[in-house]
Amino acid sequence: MTLDTVAAAQASPDTAQPFAELGLKADEYQRIREILGRRPTSSELAMYSVMWSEHCSYKSSKVHLRQFGEKAPPSDALLVGIGENAGVVDIGEGWAVTFKVESHNHPSYVEPYQGAATGVGGIVRDIISMGARPLAVMDPLRFGAPDHPDTKRVLPGVVAGIGGYGNCLGLPNIGGEVVFDDCYQGNPLVNALCVGAMKHEDIHLASAKGVGNKVILYGARTGGDGIGGVSVLASETFDETGPAKRPSVQVGDPFMEKLLIECTLEVLGAGLVEGIQDLGGAGISCATSELASNGDGGMHVWLDRVPLRDATLSPEEILMSESQERMCAVVTPAHVDDFLRICRKWDVEAVVIGEVTDTGSLTIDWHGEQIVAVPPRTVAHEGPVYERPSARPAGLDDLQANDASRLPRPATPDDLARTVRDVVAAPNVADKAWITDQYDRYVRGNTVLAQPEDSGMIRVDERTGRGVAIATDCNSRFARLDPYAGAQLAFAEAYRNVATTGAVPLAVTNCLNFGSPEDPEVMWQFAEAVRGLADACQQAGTPVTGGNVSFYNSTGDVAIHPTPVVGVLGVIEDVAARTPQAWHTDGEAIYLLGDTHDELSGSEWAHVIHGHLGGRPPRVDLHRERVLAEVLVAGSRDGMLSAAHDVSDGGVAVALVEMALRADVGARLWVPDGLDPFVFLFSESAGRAVVVVPRSEEQRFTAMCAARALPAQRIGVVDSGLGDDAGRPSQQVLVLALPGGEQITWPLADLREAHGRTLPGLFG
Amino acid sequence: MARVVVDVMLKPEILDPQGRAVQGALTRLGLAGVSDVRQGKRFEITLDGDLDADRETVLNRLAEELLANPVIEDFTVRVAEQA
Amino acid sequence: MTKIGVITFPGSLDDGDVQRAVRVAGAEPVPLWHAATTIGEVDAVVVPGGFSYGDYLRCGAIARFAPIMADVVHHAGDGLPVLGICNGFQILCETHLLPGVLTRNESLHYVCRDQALTVERTDTAWTNEYETGDRIVIPVKHGEGRYVADDATLDWLEGEGLVVVRYADGNPNGSFRDIAGISNEAGNVVGLMPHPEHAVEDLTGTPGTDGLRFFTSALQSLVG
Repeated sequence: MTLDTVAAAQASPDTAQPFAELGLKADEYQRIREILGRRPTSSELAMYSVMWSEHCSYKSSKVHLRQFGEKAPPSDALLVGIGENAGVVDIGEGWAVTFKVESHNHPSYVEPYQGAATGVGGIVRDIISMGARPLAVMDPLRFGAPDHPDTKRVLPGVVAGIGGYGNCLGLPNIGGEVVFDDCYQGNPLVNALCVGAMKHEDIHLASAKGVGNKVILYGARTGGDGIGGVSVLASETFDETGPAKRPSVQVGDPFMEKLLIECTLEVLGAGLVEGIQDLGGAGISCATSELASNGDGGMHVWLDRVPLRDATLSPEEILMSESQERMCAVVTPAHVDDFLRICRKWDVEAVVIGEVTDTGSLTIDWHGEQIVAVPPRTVAHEGPVYERPSARPAGLDDLQANDASRLPRPATPDDLARTVRDVVAAPNVADKAWITDQYDRYVRGNTVLAQPEDSGMIRVDERTGRGVAIATDCNSRFARLDPYAGAQLAFAEAYRNVATTGAVPLAVTNCLNFGSPEDPEVMWQFAEAVRGLADACQQAGTPVTGGNVSFYNSTGDVAIHPTPVVGVLGVIEDVAARTPQAWHTDGEAIYLLGDTHDELSGSEWAHVIHGHLGGRPPRVDLHRERVLAEVLVAGSRDGMLSAAHDVSDGGVAVALVEMALRADVGARLWVPDGLDPFVFLFSESAGRAVVVVPRSEEQRFTAMCAARALPAQRIGVVDSGLGDDAGRPSQQVLVLALPGGEQITWPLADLREAHGRTLPGLFG
Repeated sequence: MARVVVDVMLKPEILDPQGRAVQGALTRLGLAGVSDVRQGKRFEITLDGDLDADRETVLNRLAEELLANPVIEDFTVRVAEQA
Repeated sequence: MTKIGVITFPGSLDDGDVQRAVRVAGAEPVPLWHAATTIGEVDAVVVPGGFSYGDYLRCGAIARFAPIMADVVHHAGDGLPVLGICNGFQILCETHLLPGVLTRNESLHYVCRDQALTVERTDTAWTNEYETGDRIVIPVKHGEGRYVADDATLDWLEGEGLVVVRYADGNPNGSFRDIAGISNEAGNVVGLMPHPEHAVEDLTGTPGTDGLRFFTSALQSLVG
């Protein structure tokens, strides 16, 4: 095939080009011709098509995502805002932290191991390219029905891939989520989060400044991996009868990534780097156009210098290749030798492929002939923007009218006892150790809390004990019933989880997983969820620092539930003050904080026991969430709390069982006055937590709650000496006294069996 | 008795990190001119009785569905012994 | 101050954690680079965990050829205390400083969990501060930690009392005879799959400080 050069494009304006096959619409193609004043070369067409794809350009979501900036609450904490590879937050003492979540949903369905592995790799490179040392990863995962044969293919592969990559990289995996729902059957959600830290002065941005500075490509060689994968894999729906997908799956090399991390931190630490960018989806197209667009506006690249794994690749393919474990740096000429020397030390291949110019143009040559000459902003930042039509889903009124109040509830103590056991054993609630034990949670030696604690907590400064806590959450059933409230509830839960461990919530990231934006009903869900999340962040005073949108998540015509996964990051001055989930000490009082209403629609109980989804989700009160968080943080800092756990999926019943099982210590419990036992146990009202207070602190703690008008009901006492019904005193039990004088006794051994056996039974 | 050998290799266009690591070590340890190393898997399957057409069909299917992952791997099936 | 060298290979992960543990124990950690040809002026060496060279061929198979390992083997013969943890244990087996081999876990899954161990040999350079029979809890985290050797080797290890630590309350990987760690006859070279460096502080890693005495033992053996 002959080389399509800029000169050739000028000479042959009428050559037909396959823009539609590359995912561009006719009017988008026309706009490219107007920008360039000629037809694009095939290389330019490749660049525009991949950079203007939904995945890279956010063309359908941009108009909504603006709210995160417009409604951002005043915050001194934000050092770098939305738009960079990841936002950066000031956590004090000169430390800055950056964190981000990304989706790798479709690749993980095609090839679960490699899809999930490369998802981890991509998000980690985002964090290094800010100049930060990665500290930890977390993985919010969603799968189809647990007993479906395809889930048995996808879940073990995804888990092994996350472990295989993350463990080899030496990053502790400190939390995440595992959720099962039929709506994800043909479209699992594999989201990956990474958090990193640096000193303020070490923050690096993706820009190519300084005419004459060199552009260095370093890391793995470029192969034919995922050519067009971004636009093909990330924007088409799976259809069992459709044609086979391009077989090129990206294979991750975590060993190379580990070398890339160490090498990058060393060149950054030596002050050798002016600008830096990772190569993710859209590879060299993305890195060169973004660096140039953010910098002095011009760059020249000799594309034939790119080291190749496959010598037959065409320039178009090299530009679009998604080969993993590659980075791009801008380096002054004086520093090039030192940069290359450090790369050699780490066995990392590095080549100068270009230089910064003041032409305002990104020009790319292939063996001396110019194949690209474009204004970089038009590729990277001025892509199309759509205000897509939206419509409230037709069936939503009926869905909301069909609430959980009509579902039969357990009537007798025996029914209640059995229901607790059933909910605790349900796949969404059950112990996730079968999964999380496949991840290294200890490496680097700074893990203070990891799953199943409410948030993952990492010590950042070994000298002072300053640390960060992160939680991710989303109950997509709530978001299906009301996307505005659902997004707020996702935020509220993550915010509460961070505060529960004693950290002050500071900043928010998100991964917005939705169906097709071309479906007006999905677009409505998306718009509502973004509006809800932006409003919630404004009211709670925690800015959004960045995020990711994943559209086209559906099987056939059925979109997944709207799944706005929200990650909240908090800071704790001294990790020694953290509040763990387990209670240990006899005689300590158990309090339920917050108000419990009869809110069972969309609950785990309705889902597990009745397979029901309908009604409206629990009410959201962000003022209450703030007060609760203040109490939890103050209680941790001032030593008033010995344990705490947020109340969410499965209600107070699940919270209490998990706290008891964590250290295998029983308790005496009672139903507070005026509450129905069933509602007490299973309601999923928001804004609540269970806390454990040492006797000496009870007065001070309840006074603090009263002063802030936060309801605090004493619901039990830690007690390891109750003995079971058979009179065995060493057996740990939970005993619940009911208002009528009856009581329920759950041996912890039984609950542990119910809680622990579900996942091994399904996947072991 | 029949013995069947199934060789599974990553497709040529797929990155083979294992092979690359071995390539580096071979070079460092003194083998000059190593231009590529690809690492694969070999299965030796011993069957009672002859490999008739039916079992051969099943075996070929399972080589594709179980032993190899056709998304990233190629495979070959050959009969090493047929007694 | 006692100097304990910690080797970093490409792909080492727990090197920083071992350095911290050495500091907590009261010694000075000295980072050693795999490409160096000598270990320099150190009193002991730790080969830490991780995935050296990606563990791509066999765990430890490529790292054993790193230039520094020849010097480690040489000094080990003269009695230098050498501790191999996890991938480091695998490397010591590949270099034949210790017998046997570590293979894929019986479950075929990577496993990260807090693990109870029984300390059986306490006259080594790395366990002399434990009492025989001590039960300790430190984490395991590996995909290939199943200790395998032929019966003659296993009988010899048992007969000579060279099993240093054994898994208690469940074997996480299917190791033969529940072996978690072994030593050479002289007791200066010890390898184990569990990670004592992740149990040296109350706040992080496995609760408690059960792993710390591996490092204080080395100080003890050197100071005499």
